Amino acid sequence: MIAIIDYGLGNVSALVNVYKKLNIPAIIVKQAKDLKNANKVILPGVGSFDHAMQRIEKSGMRGLLDEMVLVNNVPVLGICVGMQMLARSSEEGSLSGLGWIDGKVIKFQTSSSAHKLCVPHMGWNSIKPTRSNDLLGGIDISSRFYFLHSYYFHCYRNEDIVAVTDYGGEFVSIVNSGNICGVQFHPEKSHQWGIRLLENFGSM
Amino acid sequence: MLHPRIIPCLLIKSKGLVKTVNFKSPKYIGDPINAVRIFNEKEVDELIVLDIDATIEKREPDYGVIEHLAEECRMPLCYGGGVRTSDQLQKIIQLGVEKVAMSSAAIEYPSLVKEAAECVGNQSVVVVLDVKKRFIDGRYEVWTHNGCRNTGRCPLELALQMEKFGAGEIVINSIDNDGLMKGYDLELAEKIRKSISVPLTMLGGAGSFKDIGQLINGYGLIGAAAGSLFVFKGVYKAVLINYPNRAEKDSLITENYRIFRHADTNNDRRLM
Repeated sequence: MIAIIDYGLGNVSALVNVYKKLNIPAIIVKQAKDLKNANKVILPGVGSFDHAMQRIEKSGMRGLLDEMVLVNNVPVLGICVGMQMLARSSEEGSLSGLGWIDGKVIKFQTSSSAHKLCVPHMGWNSIKPTRSNDLLGGIDISSRFYFLHSYYFHCYRNEDIVAVTDYGGEFVSIVNSGNICGVQFHPEKSHQWGIRLLENFGSM
Repeated sequence: MLHPRIIPCLLIKSKGLVKTVNFKSPKYIGDPINAVRIFNEKEVDELIVLDIDATIEKREPDYGVIEHLAEECRMPLCYGGGVRTSDQLQKIIQLGVEKVAMSSAAIEYPSLVKEAAECVGNQSVVVVLDVKKRFIDGRYEVWTHNGCRNTGRCPLELALQMEKFGAGEIVINSIDNDGLMKGYDLELAEKIRKSISVPLTMLGGAGSFKDIGQLINGYGLIGAAAGSLFVFKGVYKAVLINYPNRAEKDSLITENYRIFRHADTNNDRRLM
């Protein structure tokens, strides 16, 4: 059973719908007691970093999530801000992140070149895998994913990078360290390619 | 490469889907959820849904309709209509909508944009400016309340102000071109595109894929939104939901767009 964490941010219904279609059991979880039976966790997210961290702390699930992910090695997938929360900190806010993957979240620079870069990075972009990963099974070079963000994940350890995306230079679009994964784009809103990635996570 | 966004824009009135001409004479087209389902199959880039009654009727957004739309959409959704407080905006994000658009409230209280951006992140805060050209001297002005109230404000000034307050996207909606299917207001697109650093989406006037091609190849990273083009077919405007497939979309992108993009990505941000 995949637990989709509902802490008030992110499109939990869209994720549930995708898994319903795929015939993979998934439930929306709002409190710690419902989380216990999950063997996988999805941490969705739309919003600002501090706001998201506050909500997850308030949800009463933080302690159990730490234990499941760090001690019991339950696979977890962070989406968008959910991925950024895996880091230690973010330039978007002052609160600490979950710190599950060694990195920090930094802002896109709008004027680092002769040409200006539009921020937020908004729309469909491709990913370039830097190593093989179970999440990427069946996802080829022509796949596109929907991005909507102004900040990106900076990995301290190169081995945690799974894929990069080009936007005014390359940034990390997929991270993975052991059982912990994160994707900067929205797979639940990325048509067939996103569905495939969510299916891959479901069968990990 | 970041691809240009080609975005159907759906207007909702009394829970039904309508299409207007110059913001007037709404024609009933069908059920919004049905349209969303068809757009899902067509794998559209994004969807904008605007409730055109909410502000005029001074009512709250219809959360029931929004929740249903968000559940059905397999593409990113931008909702607008009747959003006047940061709490309303947050509530809509919680229903699973990626972006929320504001217009009259943002123009009246720009601090609302700031408040909203702090709460949900600027990437989810969209400001829509309905723009009309003054007949006498060709000056552009921003209108609200479905094109009934003239703010007298200049769209470029407002766009810059909204960006400064934290809007993550500006949608410029041409009242003059709405529903006419004679092409975008490219003069306006150019003016705004070169002045702001957040994503810009143009709406109003697209009548063919060629119009969309002209916009994206002329101005680089720009969202091309359209209503009539994606819901009507033929000169008699028979209702038929349509959308370019991936090959058609890719064929719209010419070398011009690539050059634009290349210049954008010439800098030297390194991974590690």
